[in-house]
Amino acid sequence: MNERRRRIPDPARGCDRDAADGRPSLRYKKRFGEGGFRRAMLSRFANPARFMRLSAVLLPWCAGLSAAIIALGLYLALFVAPADYQQGEAVRIMYVHVPAAWMALLVYLFVAVASAAALVWRHPLADIAARAAAPIGAAFTFVCLASGSLWGRPMWGTWWVWDARLTSVLVLFFLYLGYIALVNAFDNPDRGGRAGSVLALVGVINLPIIKFSVDWWNTLHQPASVLRFGGPTIAWPMLAPLLVMAAGFGGLFVTLLLLRMRTALNEKKALALRLGGAAAPARASRRPAMSPAAGR
Amino acid sequence: MNAIARFFAMGGYAAFVWPAYGLAVAVLGGLALYSWRRYRASQRALAEIERHRRR
Repeated sequence: MNERRRRIPDPARGCDRDAADGRPSLRYKKRFGEGGFRRAMLSRFANPARFMRLSAVLLPWCAGLSAAIIALGLYLALFVAPADYQQGEAVRIMYVHVPAAWMALLVYLFVAVASAAALVWRHPLADIAARAAAPIGAAFTFVCLASGSLWGRPMWGTWWVWDARLTSVLVLFFLYLGYIALVNAFDNPDRGGRAGSVLALVGVINLPIIKFSVDWWNTLHQPASVLRFGGPTIAWPMLAPLLVMAAGFGGLFVTLLLLRMRTALNEKKALALRLGGAAAPARASRRPAMSPAAGR
Repeated sequence: MNAIARFFAMGGYAAFVWPAYGLAVAVLGGLALYSWRRYRASQRALAEIERHRRR
């Protein structure tokens, strides 16, 4: 048995098993050399080196753009948007609260999709992306809960009620915290990543519960007024600042995601270099740990 | 002067509006600052290792 065939049963290599389920690998091997289909896909979409190059260019633009959009959003929210005829100036809390709530849900969805990619395809950047995104989502969820509490006190007369919307968002916050704790709880980062991915995927059930909680149960929280069938019921002078702030928060998420993923890849590379081996960084980030057959 | 005072009073809701904005700035800005400092630290550590290896 030569070196190449001995690696065939390695489950971590997926499509690389050229002799066993041959065709894709043979075809891609001509174009991409040893490593076949899987390496072709990796180098195209998930090469950490390529990510580092691309994100280095994107990062300053994302940061500048989202800072500018948030500044514009704050100006619109605090100076331009009108006071509400019932809530007065307190309605300005909405421009922080609602975009933060949207981002809380969206970032969780991102973590779940990245977790699925990490579990199913062992996409080398997926686990890093999920880990990098989770604290950002937790921060947005906290901002949503805190600003909602500060809005509830003058409008509902209470800081908190245990109704469906508020409780389900609190559960979302705990899901984030649980995910962060779980992925860091294992000595082997691979095992932590898998456990966290399963938790993130199970937690997806909470997203529709949050979204439709205001329709399914009686709650103090108002029903949806922007993302609803039949279009928004909110007036344009209030909708515009809301959308600008949402875009700014979205930009902030992308900026922090890139920054935190770059940090993780730097730390991974530093660890691999410290453990020795010139070729270590590329291999280590592509196939972290466990390759039982290849090592023997 | 009067207009500025009225702006900060937020129609009597100053005690709720400004903490909401302040908290958002503190939490999101704090996360951004922490992430940035950790990024710089990771770059410094990596540069240090690569400098040592080249020798």
